[in-house]
Amino acid sequence: METMKVNDITANDLPWKIRYDASRCTLCGSCVAACSFRAIIPKVERRRMVFSEGDFPEPKQRFSAVPVIRQAHSIKNYCRGCGICEKVCPNDAIGPVRNVDSRHPIVTRCLGGDSIKRGGRKNLEGTTRTLDRLRVGRISQMTDPSLDAQRHTFDMLAPFGRILPSRKLPLGVSPEGLLQADGQTPPVHWIYPVIIGDMSIGALSWRMWEAVAMAVAYLNEECGLPVRMCSGEGGVPVKLLKSKYLKYMILQIASGHFGWNRIAKAMPHMIEDPAGVLIKIGQGAKPGDGGLLMAQKVAEHIQAIRGVPKADLLSPPNHQGLYSIEESVQKMFLSFNAAFKFRVPVAIKVAASATSVSVFNNLVRDPYNIVGGFFVDGIDGGTGAAHEVSLDHTGHPIVSKLRDCYLAAVNQGRQGQIPLWAAGGLGKTGDLAADAFKMICLGANGVFTGKLILQMAGCVGNEMGRCNACNTGLCPVGITTQEPALVHRFDVDRAAQNIVNYFLAMDQELKKLMAPIGNSSLPVGRADALVATDRAVAERLQIQYVC
Amino acid sequence: MCRIGAIKSLNYVHPSQALLLMQSQQKGHDNSGFAMVMHDLGGIFEGYKHLPTLSLACTDEGLKIAEDMLHAAGFQRVLQWVPDTSQQPGLDIIAMPNYVFETFDYPKHYKKAEAKEKEDLLLDMRLKLRKALEKDELGFVYSFWPDVLTLKEIGDPKDIGTYFNLWEPDTKFTAKVITAQCRQNTNYDIVRYAAHPFFLQGYTALANGENTFYLKNVEYQRKLHRGYIGFESDSQCFLYTLHYVHRELGWPLSYFKHVITPLPFEEIGKREDQASLLAIRQSLAHLEINGPNTIIGVLPDNTLFTCCDAKKLRPVVIGRSAEMVVFSSEVCGVNEILPDRDWETDIYPHEREVVAIDSSLEVHRWKQ
Ligand code: SF4
Ligand code: SF4
Repeated sequence: METMKVNDITANDLPWKIRYDASRCTLCGSCVAACSFRAIIPKVERRRMVFSEGDFPEPKQRFSAVPVIRQAHSIKNYCRGCGICEKVCPNDAIGPVRNVDSRHPIVTRCLGGDSIKRGGRKNLEGTTRTLDRLRVGRISQMTDPSLDAQRHTFDMLAPFGRILPSRKLPLGVSPEGLLQADGQTPPVHWIYPVIIGDMSIGALSWRMWEAVAMAVAYLNEECGLPVRMCSGEGGVPVKLLKSKYLKYMILQIASGHFGWNRIAKAMPHMIEDPAGVLIKIGQGAKPGDGGLLMAQKVAEHIQAIRGVPKADLLSPPNHQGLYSIEESVQKMFLSFNAAFKFRVPVAIKVAASATSVSVFNNLVRDPYNIVGGFFVDGIDGGTGAAHEVSLDHTGHPIVSKLRDCYLAAVNQGRQGQIPLWAAGGLGKTGDLAADAFKMICLGANGVFTGKLILQMAGCVGNEMGRCNACNTGLCPVGITTQEPALVHRFDVDRAAQNIVNYFLAMDQELKKLMAPIGNSSLPVGRADALVATDRAVAERLQIQYVC
Repeated sequence: MCRIGAIKSLNYVHPSQALLLMQSQQKGHDNSGFAMVMHDLGGIFEGYKHLPTLSLACTDEGLKIAEDMLHAAGFQRVLQWVPDTSQQPGLDIIAMPNYVFETFDYPKHYKKAEAKEKEDLLLDMRLKLRKALEKDELGFVYSFWPDVLTLKEIGDPKDIGTYFNLWEPDTKFTAKVITAQCRQNTNYDIVRYAAHPFFLQGYTALANGENTFYLKNVEYQRKLHRGYIGFESDSQCFLYTLHYVHRELGWPLSYFKHVITPLPFEEIGKREDQASLLAIRQSLAHLEINGPNTIIGVLPDNTLFTCCDAKKLRPVVIGRSAEMVVFSSEVCGVNEILPDRDWETDIYPHEREVVAIDSSLEVHRWKQ
């Protein structure tokens, strides 16, 4: 017998174990070929067989070499539980099983000497989400009838852009008694209250990015839903910058400034203004971590769009050179506003944290009325790549932070002046409409979402640590990879169709929630429409407690 | 559901008309109170139109506190009218010990002041009085304004009429504009202040319905103006929005409806004045209302108007003769007051319409 080495990695150390039934396996090889992580390998085993040939039992034994499928025992090629092998196996001979005894967090660090990196969301064991402790509780009844969600028309639009306080509106009364504009107001776009969150071209495969852009165009032009998508910080293909579809895109600039050179160069050729500019200061899932695009994913076209060589691309956690809200952010906002001649709203995205309300308070008082939106991103979101420790252990949940910002605005009588947009784990359960509706009642003007969009397109990732390999460039369904073989698994049209259909369903559901409270416009700040089944949640959010 | 009504007339009318108007709609409310605001006063107040009249319901102690405060502030009383009340057994009324209607001359150093200064003084004085009398419910200060008088009481409107001797018309106590409602609020505890109509600086508003955006409205209005206080009823918000739009922002009345029930974006996009309408929709989103409502309002120049919610969930009808216009939740109210009118000319305002009656009783109707 071979000497056992206790420190050797075995399947039992890894997060997933492969269930394999040799008797069902026809050795077609599909699973091995399909596993993008190389987590299963073909292997030959020496097997003993007992047999008898004559009329009477006369057991003999024979040794033969049998090909089998085996799990790789490696911290590099470990199984992510994506289930692709199971999907492709014609005989149900193989599949991943969650290993509750996993030693993955220990062995990986021990052997790698490096921090574990992961793509995607917080995967610490979750309790019931705050949003699921809230119900829509104020139902319109006899004196205040509900609306008919099917027949009534609803105004489902949210502002993106700086809203002037009423006393500052440049309106005068004409001799005929009509209000007349006698000055400029900041640009405001009224858009669908669910924005497709910032996921860069580079983080996503080019086909996935195309699918999202296609879905957005279709939603706008065929379905009448003015949905906007945010480019993420990776820049935008020049062709799109010069096309009429630019008006559906919110261009993001983060601390890496990736792609901005090209955007600036394309400005004279733009036939449409972008829907907005979003300056990313921080993100929720990995606050303080900056962006991280592994070299594996920096394919040639990404190098071209971003203007970078093939290397790990790190956006610093902070915009270098910005040291105070008052001066630096203002300066930056002014320059971006000026670039688009003050026709395009400029918003800012920060991570939900203990200080986000202070940042918001500062911006609300901005005398130039330049901040066109406050995007707050909470801990539960995330599609990118980050150190696992940041993903799991830093940041704030979004619900109370959003509420704090809204109530801070209420205290100053400035609610609505900077539209609040919130994200971070919204739609985690699959029901984005309910989450969005509740966030809006708590004070958000709208929400944005990223991971759920990937899931609409076929991402198999979940909250229980399945897959989350977006950082590896080996996404098994072709969504977050630039590997041509993997990307070709991805059906652009189907993904776009799924996104469109999901939005249509969600739109219907949002109306189904607005109808019973008798609202035909978005119930921003209607916290009285919500009740909490948890006293602590009720107190914290200042809403009614029911039990 | 509340029933509301209003009378505007070329001649002075007695509040008995308002009682009759509401009485005929009796089945539509719960008879839990009666309240009215009178503008453009006649009778004994006719000669004092330029001086503020205080409408107060209070205890003896409250009365003393209020009068002391007014005197200390330099106000001199020029007229006092205490309605004859007839305390009969069996009347359903929870009356306060005193009902005081007193007209004051401005403090000496205000005699030459600008109108705005005087108006602010009156508001601040009323807020101060209200605060001072709040403790132990010593008194309720409903209005303190020239040519305006307010009466609010809890109980059966019929008995309230009897108690204040309001059933018998006379020429002493009259007005050209009277708005009235017959119900205490149901949404919260019964508070005397909560009964419609509500009054602030020459503006009166009353409504028949629900304000589903109450929380939004209140949260916003609290910071808009020092006079926006109380919020004892969810429709008090309409008064403050009216006051804010018309007086504070100085916008024409037609924009009140654009603020409370803005046009859908699609329709705004088709309008020539879309820039202003969009600006309103953006900046005043928190003053929108979204529930079923009919609103009746009076402006400082005594214009009487009404408009409905954008879904037209609450009724209102306007009937008129050569000398009088009557607003009523139900047509039976108008029938009671103007039985001989040409009912074919009655107006049933629609969901996007405002109907306003000016002082010569000319009817102005405009589409939002
Ligand atoms: S579940 Fe996914 S990662 Fe694991 S072996 Fe199967 S294909 Fe490979
Ligand atoms: S995007 Fe791809 S890699 Fe990321 S979790 Fe989904 S399936 Fe896995």
